[in-house]
Amino acid sequence: MTTFETVIGLEVHLQLKTQTKIFCACRNEFGHAPNTHVCPVCLGLPGTLPVLNRQVLLDAMKVGLALNCQINDFVKFDRKNYFYPDLPKDYQISQYDFPIAKNGFLDVVSNGNKKRIGITRAHMEEDAGKLIHDAENACSLVDYNRTGTPLVEIVSEPDMRSAEEAYDYLTALKLTLSYLGVSDCDMEKGSLRCDANVSIRPVGQDKLGTKAELKNLNSFSAVKKAIEFEVGRQTGLILSGGSVVQETLLWDEAKGRTLSMRSKEQAHDYRYFPDPDLVPFTLDVAQIDRVKKDLPELPYAKLDRFMTAYKLNQYDAFILVQDPALADFFEACIKIYPDSKKLANWLNGPLMKELNERKKVFAQIKLLPLEMTELVRKVEDGVVSNLVGKDILGIVLSEGKSVESIIQEKGLAQVSDDTVLEKVVDEVLADNLKTVAEIKGGKTGALGFLVGQAMKKMQGKANPKKVNEILTRRLQND
Amino acid sequence: MNLFELTVHQILDQIKAGKISASSVLAEVSARAQTLNVKTNAFVRLFPSPEIKAGPCPVPIAIKDNICVKGELTTCGSKILKGFKPPYDAGVVDKIKASGGLILGSANMDEFAFGSSCETSAYGPTRNPWALDRVPGGSSGGSAAAVAAGQALWALGSDTGGSIRQPASFCGVVGLKPTYGRVSRYGLIAFGSSLDQIGPFTKDVTDSALLLNIICGFDERDSTSLNVPVPDYTKALVKDINGLKIGIPQEYFLDGIEPDVAAAVKAAIEVFKKQGAVVKHISLPHTEYAVATYYIVATAEASSNLARFDGVQYGLRAMPPNLRKSPLIDMYEETRARGFGDEAKRRIMLGTYVLSSGYYDAYYLRAQKVRTLIKQDFDKVFSDCDVILSPTSPTTAFRIGEKINDPLAMYLSDIFTIPANMAGIPAISVPCGFDRAGLPIGLQLMAKPFAEETLLRAAYAYEQNTPWHLERAVL
Repeated sequence: MTTFETVIGLEVHLQLKTQTKIFCACRNEFGHAPNTHVCPVCLGLPGTLPVLNRQVLLDAMKVGLALNCQINDFVKFDRKNYFYPDLPKDYQISQYDFPIAKNGFLDVVSNGNKKRIGITRAHMEEDAGKLIHDAENACSLVDYNRTGTPLVEIVSEPDMRSAEEAYDYLTALKLTLSYLGVSDCDMEKGSLRCDANVSIRPVGQDKLGTKAELKNLNSFSAVKKAIEFEVGRQTGLILSGGSVVQETLLWDEAKGRTLSMRSKEQAHDYRYFPDPDLVPFTLDVAQIDRVKKDLPELPYAKLDRFMTAYKLNQYDAFILVQDPALADFFEACIKIYPDSKKLANWLNGPLMKELNERKKVFAQIKLLPLEMTELVRKVEDGVVSNLVGKDILGIVLSEGKSVESIIQEKGLAQVSDDTVLEKVVDEVLADNLKTVAEIKGGKTGALGFLVGQAMKKMQGKANPKKVNEILTRRLQND
Repeated sequence: MNLFELTVHQILDQIKAGKISASSVLAEVSARAQTLNVKTNAFVRLFPSPEIKAGPCPVPIAIKDNICVKGELTTCGSKILKGFKPPYDAGVVDKIKASGGLILGSANMDEFAFGSSCETSAYGPTRNPWALDRVPGGSSGGSAAAVAAGQALWALGSDTGGSIRQPASFCGVVGLKPTYGRVSRYGLIAFGSSLDQIGPFTKDVTDSALLLNIICGFDERDSTSLNVPVPDYTKALVKDINGLKIGIPQEYFLDGIEPDVAAAVKAAIEVFKKQGAVVKHISLPHTEYAVATYYIVATAEASSNLARFDGVQYGLRAMPPNLRKSPLIDMYEETRARGFGDEAKRRIMLGTYVLSSGYYDAYYLRAQKVRTLIKQDFDKVFSDCDVILSPTSPTTAFRIGEKINDPLAMYLSDIFTIPANMAGIPAISVPCGFDRAGLPIGLQLMAKPFAEETLLRAAYAYEQNTPWHLERAVL
């Protein structure tokens, strides 16, 4: 029986978070009432003209350079013509034959192996508005707030061979892009969108099979599921003697299947031609070099450095580099408190838990390296218990107070004073005669219960190690 | 002489001298605009009487119906822009208003500037003030007729392939197409974006310089507008053209030219010679391809520029009585079927065709290459010439209805004006006589990019030695 190989290429649309839109001065923001962030230019009113936002060009260059692309120094825009109500001019300003970036790659770790995925091109274009279907009044409404939002479309080579690889590429791409600070990269909010071109071919065949384009992939898992479904559908088709037709398919998340949207025959002829309203211009090499020089350290480079410079294991380093702000914080902390493993444990453990509970990312909270390291030090020095330390972290984040003042105010310092602890142990032993008898009868496991009782009496502030010592001694001596 | 017969510089002199007031000029010209419009149809609409504000040029002006005036209907001579009131002023309107200009109303035009006769307007044809059964030329026929009839003291038009110069020629006024990028296109409803340029219609060359002074200059809202300093163009108005090198292109003097036009232009050459100009015979070898390539480039751009008139946001929206394909497609089709006239449809189809997959290289791409060759023709000639002289149009004003069913004959009316748009160079049409029927003839002068001063100097020297600009149509 023929075995098939899956071939996948992804087209990713990235919304840039520039202050203003790509061709007008409207603020580039979301979540406002419909049609409040619009002007004659982004509404495409007759007579208005586009003017390129230079920040978009710089951000697109950053994206291209981060993906190891060549930058086209000839900057040119084209019109992609098609009719749709969310497109006020009935053409989209895009880049056709001179994308800002081309011929790049991204190294992806998939299944434990490094794989290089080719980047065909990345180009600038404007986003369209949004149609809102009003079922009650049986009509469609258009919200143009999104119109003119700057996009960078990143097209990969058909280098991926499984849904898993596509998922890993997307993950690595998102991570790399998030480092550039040019986009929120949030698939659920639509600031990162992905279409997949999927085909299959018999193993060993060079020629690509007929591809289907998958749209409406609204999450990373949807990308994976849709590709898996589509590969199954195409394989079934071919094995049953049919053939794949070139078409655009919509992923139906609820039904878990793809549905045909339009066939090749219905495909648009976009009639691309150079936009005469935007005069092409040439970038000077120094400008490109400057952008390149100003690129931040990218995640995989940072990962390698964290592992060698701070002797972190891959797992710890990988979590830290997921968020560039967190990684920077780690480096700030380590200058004050040099135990990288202990720091990483605190950052990847309790701190991450606090962030998740608050549904926030590191950049959205206020935490000074000095406070974080102070807390780790207090726990390591036994001033507070590990458990209390975690509580303190929560209070620091909620109330913005210093670690020291929280310990003072709430009297959270651990009690190690023998006379105090001896007294508490006395009480515990007197209150739990039954358990004491059991332990003496050989059921030593019940010791933990007694420690817990002592801790409870001390509102968690007793030094558990000391309590354990005292209890053990007393039970042996009595 | 009536006030409406005076030039703007004469009016300004009289206002300065305290002999007349801006309001009396406005009153007289407004009244004439109103009463004569039944005859000329130069205006598609007159605005409520404008308020006189401070400014150096408080004179009544007509604005072509494709230049946006805030809060006023702007319809491009088309039904499809029914009810459209732009919430912004065009760049040139900003400047006109800042100079104290008094906008009387929208001047008639061929629909979307598609035409050379003003007959494709959805608001009916404009009539030539010199002969009411004749066309005023186009597409800016309303602007030209308004100035010739004294319905405005001057006017703005737009020129994509001759739409200022050809009607200026037909109506016996001065029309100037500036260098591409000299005047902001912001707020000019686009026809062929890489060719369109706004320019003045005036009674004489001095007024042309004055109006150019007002409208020129960089506009950051238009990426094609060039940041080149604007001189005081009135300083170029000197009679001395001794040694000025004038090129006479052999390709512009063909058999199709009416004999009266050819004779008038030859006489004009003699006037230049007498002033000490050096006349040279030159060749612009790619001229014969200009019209064909123009109709590819201009219609390609137009097909895309006019896509937005789709019934969604503004203007006409129409639905067929019964569902045909889908509500959306039906709306697009019905709106555009009813909203656009025949010539607009013809050009949209032509432009769509030349951009279509499989035809792009053969048409659009090749046309762009030829365009480069046409530009190079001019570059070469201007290395040894200051201006190029030719007829503005092969004929004088033709009869209404004469060419409307023969698009190709109509297109040839712009055979001498199209090359300047293809090359982006400035060009002017000045009156140079009358044919045996008493219809005005225009002389075209072209110069290299941003050499409007040279154009104005040559035109002024010619004008000051001829009587043509003093003639007024009698209505």
